Amino acid sequence: MIEFVAIDIALLVLVTLTAVAVVEVRSLFSAVLLSGIYSLLMALVWVNMDAVDVAFTEAAVGAGISTILLVGTLVLVGQKETVRKPINWPALVVVIVTGAVLVYGTLDMPAFGDPTAPAHTNTLTRKLIDQSVEKHPDGKSGQEALSKASGQDTEHGDEHAHDDAHAHGDYFHGYVPNQVTAVIVTYRAFDTMFEVCVIFTAGLGMILLLRGRRGNPLKGGLL
Amino acid sequence: MKDLVVLRVVARWNIPFMVVFGLYVQTHGELGPGGGFQAGVIIAAGFLLYGIIFGAKEMRRIIPRWITDVMAAGGVLLYTAVGLYSMSMGYEFLDHTAINPANPGSAEPWGMVLVEYGVGLTVFAVMITIFNEITEGTAPEDEEKNTDYENPTEIDLPRD
Repeated sequence: MIEFVAIDIALLVLVTLTAVAVVEVRSLFSAVLLSGIYSLLMALVWVNMDAVDVAFTEAAVGAGISTILLVGTLVLVGQKETVRKPINWPALVVVIVTGAVLVYGTLDMPAFGDPTAPAHTNTLTRKLIDQSVEKHPDGKSGQEALSKASGQDTEHGDEHAHDDAHAHGDYFHGYVPNQVTAVIVTYRAFDTMFEVCVIFTAGLGMILLLRGRRGNPLKGGLL
Repeated sequence: MKDLVVLRVVARWNIPFMVVFGLYVQTHGELGPGGGFQAGVIIAAGFLLYGIIFGAKEMRRIIPRWITDVMAAGGVLLYTAVGLYSMSMGYEFLDHTAINPANPGSAEPWGMVLVEYGVGLTVFAVMITIFNEITEGTAPEDEEKNTDYENPTEIDLPRD
């Protein structure tokens, strides 16, 4: 446990230093690369907390695609910060107050890995997962229904998958070993669907606003 | 940037691995970390690296805009089509049991895989689109703009 805490402290110190460097550095190119390093360090923090899917997304999106898109933007705006603005004190106060409120909010959250946290003890959540993911209207356990289904219909066909599910000891998500994907794509299927719609809308907005309009404001575009 | 030999060689060696790794993440979304969103982002990163090194115009020659437009819409349609199929079979929207009613546990991964392909398609296409639109007209070879604001040319949507 203590070594995890030590790794966390070291990583978070590096994260803080990188964040300060992103703000302070004059070269925009360096700032972009430093923000990529920031995301990579955050991904390591997530790995240290066993949140592999979050770490994977952080590395792919934060360190990968964001850096590439920002480099593409640098082609437009140049590499040097032209004006060095003085500190905007009201803005600084607003940022500090907001940050303090957020930190105050985290004080109510259970400690990391606390076995009595609601996420681990909430029976309502488990019941909802049983109803929506497990797909047993009569509310039986996954194991019962699994043996029922394999006994009724597929004597031999799904033998391998059946053993697989046994090996993982996880019945209430079917045969899907990655529970994160199972929750995101089935339990929260509507949520994910509208997330995809949001991404599609972002692309649509780029097309409608920017396509064919560079260089001549009167040319092209649908608006 | 395509005159720099190191960048060119490194990009040519790295891009195939990025795309293959993205496809691996896409096809193993229900087995390990990752899924459609991360896969789309990784594959798009490979293409965008190519676009940064060899120019956005060269990238648009490989993957034209009409393809990414169709892919972006097609991903959303694939996702909703899976849900509508469940409805047409008499189940709830996005209830993957409809794919294999006899064994819901094995229908689940199939539905998830199909849905993840929709997510991956849309994310990939939108990432390419964002890069296309913010870099449009910045490369020297793209300078064919009409600066005569009084007499604009006819309204046309570039479909290169």
